[in-house]
Amino acid sequence: MAKILLEMKNITKTFPGVKALDNVNFQVEEGEIHALVGENGAGKSTLMNVLSGIYPYGTYEGDIVYDGKVCQFHKIKDSEKLGIVIIHQELALVPEMTIGENMYLGNERGHKFAIDWNTTYSEADKYLRMVGLSESSKTQVKDIGTGKQQLVEIAKALAKQARLLILDEPTSSLNEEDSRALLDLMLGFKKQGMTMIIISHKLNEVAYVADKITVVRDGSTIETIDNRGPEPVSEERIIKGMVGREMTNRFPKREGVTVGDIQLEVENWTVHHPLYPERKVVDNVSMYVRKGEVVGIYGLMGAGRTELAMSIFGQTYGTNISGEMKIDGKPVKIKKGAADAIKHKIAYVTEDRKGNGLVLSQSIKVNTSLAHLDAISSHMVIDGDKEYAVAEEYREKLKTKTPSVEQLVGNLSGGNQQKVLLAKWMFAEPDIMLLDEPTRGIDVGAKYEIYCIINDLAAAGKCVVMISSELPEVLGMSDRIYIMNEGKFVGEMKASEATQENIMALILQSGRGD
Amino acid sequence: MNENKMSVGAFFQKYTMIIALVVVVIFFAILTGGKNLLPGNINNLISQNGYVFVLAAGMLLCILTGGNIDLSVGSVVCFTAAVGCVLMDNNVNMWIAVLAMLAIGLLIGTFQGFWIAKLHVPAFIATLSGMYAFRGFSNVVLGGYQVSVTNETFLNLFGGGAKCYVPDFIRQAMGTTGKPNLTCLAIGIVAVLIFIGLKVRKILIQKKLNIHQSIPAQLATTAIISAVAIWLTLKLASHKGFPTVLIWIGLVLGIYQYITTKTAIGRHLYAVGGNEKATALSGVKTRNVYWFAYASIGLMAGLAGILTAARAKGIDPTYAEGYEMDAIASCFIGGASAYGGVGKVSGMIVGAVLMGVINQGMNIVGVDSNFQKVVKGLVLLLAVVFDVLSKRQKR
Repeated sequence: MAKILLEMKNITKTFPGVKALDNVNFQVEEGEIHALVGENGAGKSTLMNVLSGIYPYGTYEGDIVYDGKVCQFHKIKDSEKLGIVIIHQELALVPEMTIGENMYLGNERGHKFAIDWNTTYSEADKYLRMVGLSESSKTQVKDIGTGKQQLVEIAKALAKQARLLILDEPTSSLNEEDSRALLDLMLGFKKQGMTMIIISHKLNEVAYVADKITVVRDGSTIETIDNRGPEPVSEERIIKGMVGREMTNRFPKREGVTVGDIQLEVENWTVHHPLYPERKVVDNVSMYVRKGEVVGIYGLMGAGRTELAMSIFGQTYGTNISGEMKIDGKPVKIKKGAADAIKHKIAYVTEDRKGNGLVLSQSIKVNTSLAHLDAISSHMVIDGDKEYAVAEEYREKLKTKTPSVEQLVGNLSGGNQQKVLLAKWMFAEPDIMLLDEPTRGIDVGAKYEIYCIINDLAAAGKCVVMISSELPEVLGMSDRIYIMNEGKFVGEMKASEATQENIMALILQSGRGD
Repeated sequence: MNENKMSVGAFFQKYTMIIALVVVVIFFAILTGGKNLLPGNINNLISQNGYVFVLAAGMLLCILTGGNIDLSVGSVVCFTAAVGCVLMDNNVNMWIAVLAMLAIGLLIGTFQGFWIAKLHVPAFIATLSGMYAFRGFSNVVLGGYQVSVTNETFLNLFGGGAKCYVPDFIRQAMGTTGKPNLTCLAIGIVAVLIFIGLKVRKILIQKKLNIHQSIPAQLATTAIISAVAIWLTLKLASHKGFPTVLIWIGLVLGIYQYITTKTAIGRHLYAVGGNEKATALSGVKTRNVYWFAYASIGLMAGLAGILTAARAKGIDPTYAEGYEMDAIASCFIGGASAYGGVGKVSGMIVGAVLMGVINQGMNIVGVDSNFQKVVKGLVLLLAVVFDVLSKRQKR
């Protein structure tokens, strides 16, 4: 057996309110490509952030043993010194600077007060050739495509004398051809003795490139699959590890709901990217939702789910939106901006509650009323007592755990923040609720409570669209499921007919199709 | 609920600036042998800093939207004052001049707000250009010279000259003269009674609705504010009565307190500063919120122009330089967040008073004016550092 280069022992990492990693053990042999797979929020990136020192020593429990020694990384520089280099999913390049400047940013050649530009550019060129780029290192980063930018990131990592290279979703923004080139590059590096960890959602790529595959689920490592046999491991085998969990009692039963008429209907809905208008983010999607129905939209990250929901919600995402929308059978044109969407009784509960859902510096009370201030004010003057009563009512209804509704939302746990966000949109009295990842980043108990709220909404005759990248959740909660991949709906099933395997198969087929 | 059990640390954290203010007042009282608490000096403190309160109120709204500031207000104050003074100098009716000054201020604010709100020009740059431009326009309007105001009504009404006090109607009716100013006393006491009445009513409503908020704490703040108001009234009554500028300050602070706490637009200001994306997705037209903030500070600059012209009995192209900084400093010392979304009118008042007390104290002691600026700078830095540190502890 080859030498173990890295061993992470009993790693536990807690965020306020959530246990992101629970006693994780993880081993990487020298000279192998090791893949980490799991659903969104399973803890893959957290684990890598612990390893690279982004979460410094002391903020987690457990040991990192690298090259036979126990390490304590206080900052990224500490881990980079030992050759552990991480390439993040979002490209971290400065577009206005040259490739060479980017590669040695924070790692400048020559003296601190006199950068040696000749060395910088000649070394940069050397590493660019190693990753198969023929560009000059004096080219500005904004002038090269995303695929090449990803390669520049790798060259940058090589320039740091990487021994253990971590690639977080390296192909998520690349097309098929660029992805394949990158994977082959990785195999080339392996021959030269480099050790690599790859995090990826694309299981076909993982099966192609990895020697071993470790599955992470709910903050724990579930199993490590050996992929060095003559036949690559089947994707179905990996999926089973990713999603195969006990399904008993994780979802509350919905009782006594009568599904009514079609309320929301969208036909041939196409949305273009706001910055690159030639790119279709949502491609010719048609869907309908009935009153009292919970419709799941399943897709991996970047499938266009959020974009679809936001474009329906007053065109708050995208340009050149085309297609027809009907509410209660009547065609409607919603003006740009959330205000008109709210007037049409649509609510969008964002996936990013901190980023664009809640005002963290304000109280629960203020957040609850924000989308529907009219209801508690007359002539633009707020009735503070009424507002308090409303906030209290929703606190009780949703069982939000807080000493008072005057509490700042920023001080609440993720699950309770999510409840405040739901309260805000329930108070806006919508008929159509678009829930985007309503249980992201919250623990199992809080999830169950959110599911109960969703069921109550459906029981009250609302039509609920639930977007999720957690398959069990989609299967457990929906009446009907749309499956989305690369901007298109690639399938529609009744929940009773759907299984994890056939949904995943649909996505994989559509991915291979083009 | 938990306010009842507020720890000593939390108490200090919440009322830092008020405690600092008390300490500074006592410090200067000892240093000047109590001179800074003489009725005349209390009166001057208000009269000299009238413009700060008015501008800081407007500035607070801008800062709330996301730490945005308005650098142009000093120049706009000078410009509006210049136009008003020139108009009055040419025998235009005083009220027309006053309205013109307010209208010009509002117009300039709306104009600058347009670039900021609709074209996304950074507020810093839009108002920096205004700062240059309106300083230049002031010079043009004034022809480079000082223009003075002689209109007695204007001076008396807006806090300039020797008679800019609310006359003692009660003693006039009684046919006597002398001190204390009975009208001043009467107004002060009535105002405090109304204030207490409103507070009690609020507490009763809270009790009825079963809203959990510490009643002793509310009673305590009410008592302290009432006591300070009565003390101020006694001081002013034993001088010459209420300076007229206090009416305008009170009016502005009252309106801004109302806007920030009770109105939808006030709520939107806090929300935009706290999380603009979330606010936009809640159906608020966020750009209009910016526009409102800048229009409002323009109007306040117009009013400050009136107060400045009255106090100085005229205007000179170099007047009102650096007024924007006084306003900005008051807001930040008063606990407004440099990132927006956090800040209160009450805090801003404390900040402005603290700056004023330090200024005046140093003047009485006879500190060199250059050194005074150093102290001002340090106070601002310390206040913000303290704010940042106390927030870090919380996390």
